[in-house]
Amino acid sequence: MANVDAIVGWKTITFGCDILEPGNSVKFRTGDWRSQRPVLDKDKCIKCGMCWVYCPDMAYVQTEEGYFEANMEYCKGCGICAHECPKDAITMVPEE
Amino acid sequence: MAKRVGIEVSIAVSEAVKLARAEVIPAYPITPQTHIVEHLSEIIANGDLDAEFIPVESEHAAMSCCCGSAAAGARTFTSSSSQGLSLMSEILYIPSTMRLPIVMVLANRALSAPISIWNDHQDVMVQRDIGWIQTFAENGQEAVDLTLHAFRVAEDRRVSLPMIVNIDGFTLSHMIEPIELPDQEEVDKYLPPFKPRRRLDPRKPITMGPVGIPEVYTEAKVAHDQALKASRKIILKAWQEFADIFGRQYNPVEEYRTEDAEIMLVTMGSISETAMTAVDKMRDEGKKVGLLKLRLWRPFPSLEFRRIAKSAKVLGVIDRCLPPGAVCGPVGEEIRSLFYKVPGAPKVFNFIAGLGGRDVTVERFEEMADKAAAYAKKRPKELYEVIGVREK
Repeated sequence: MANVDAIVGWKTITFGCDILEPGNSVKFRTGDWRSQRPVLDKDKCIKCGMCWVYCPDMAYVQTEEGYFEANMEYCKGCGICAHECPKDAITMVPEE
Repeated sequence: MAKRVGIEVSIAVSEAVKLARAEVIPAYPITPQTHIVEHLSEIIANGDLDAEFIPVESEHAAMSCCCGSAAAGARTFTSSSSQGLSLMSEILYIPSTMRLPIVMVLANRALSAPISIWNDHQDVMVQRDIGWIQTFAENGQEAVDLTLHAFRVAEDRRVSLPMIVNIDGFTLSHMIEPIELPDQEEVDKYLPPFKPRRRLDPRKPITMGPVGIPEVYTEAKVAHDQALKASRKIILKAWQEFADIFGRQYNPVEEYRTEDAEIMLVTMGSISETAMTAVDKMRDEGKKVGLLKLRLWRPFPSLEFRRIAKSAKVLGVIDRCLPPGAVCGPVGEEIRSLFYKVPGAPKVFNFIAGLGGRDVTVERFEEMADKAAAYAKKRPKELYEVIGVREK
């Protein structure tokens, strides 16, 4: 979540509450909302990238080996990747 | 030289918008504002004003376009009334906190039901808290002058807030009055091109109107409130500059025969002219009655109002809006709060009159002044009284 101490007051807030830095949403780590995580079975994965295509948070990145892995700082655990995977290689497991 | 012409007030307002060199006008026609929008559309179609007229599908869209236009850095104008203004409601709160200057002339009209196209102030009072600067015109000349003033204030980089100029529907909008339309040269001197503090620009991307999480929402709203309060100085300065160039002086609270007045009536908009006639008549009869005309409604001119009204014994505040179930009318409520527990403050009585186009005559003003004087001696049971209602 956002660091409350770092947030400005009414005198220092940006004009009209604008956000002046483009693309700064990457700083907003939304992964802690997650109640379950995707786990990949590499034996089943064909590296098709459908998980990467469908991920609504663009949390998936391709590794050097060619597999796709979700970045847990942004993955909200929605399960769309598991639902779309043509090989059922992704399983959603509850976060402890 | 500026020329004085006989002209319908709506047409004169459109001419003022042309003189102000508005650049984008998204608008939807509604009675009694229609002539303003129609004439502007003609002016642009005839090539007399280099502006984009956007004939939107609703007032909701009109105000949305206004936000986009102001964010892009264009001088933006629109106009509405009554039900149309209500349809804008969702958007009206947005440009103010986002600090987007937009000028809107509002031809005030009652709200349904029953359906009424006639004049009162219920439409704008519903939108009291949208955080726009709001002024009220008393006659056609003021409608023109306040429109020019609105662009000057709204677009001032220290203010950068949207602004409503209220003109009474029909009573002003459809009257033909002698109005002095200023020269283009003078208007250009008063109103430099719009230079926004920031604008939408693909070369320098920013986000306007983002989510305000609980950690920043309060701060964003307080920043807006403080900006609206701080706009007071600029509003006054712009009126002074207006007087220097055009020779007509405006004040947030206008006084009429208030010297030694024990009873002061408080009005907004065009009924003030009838009220002045009534005050003259009562003065001739030896009654110590004066008139306060509220020109600036938001930010409320607390300092000026207290200073001027404190010498009165009684204030008869006239609201042209009946908020069902409320303590009293919105203007009455405001002025009661202003004087609450102030030592030596005048007693405040609230009258509701002139709803849905009902005329407020000289006799009605006399009735209100007399009642205010009587109520100062014997407190009435109710906190407001509807004037001229048939009790049968």
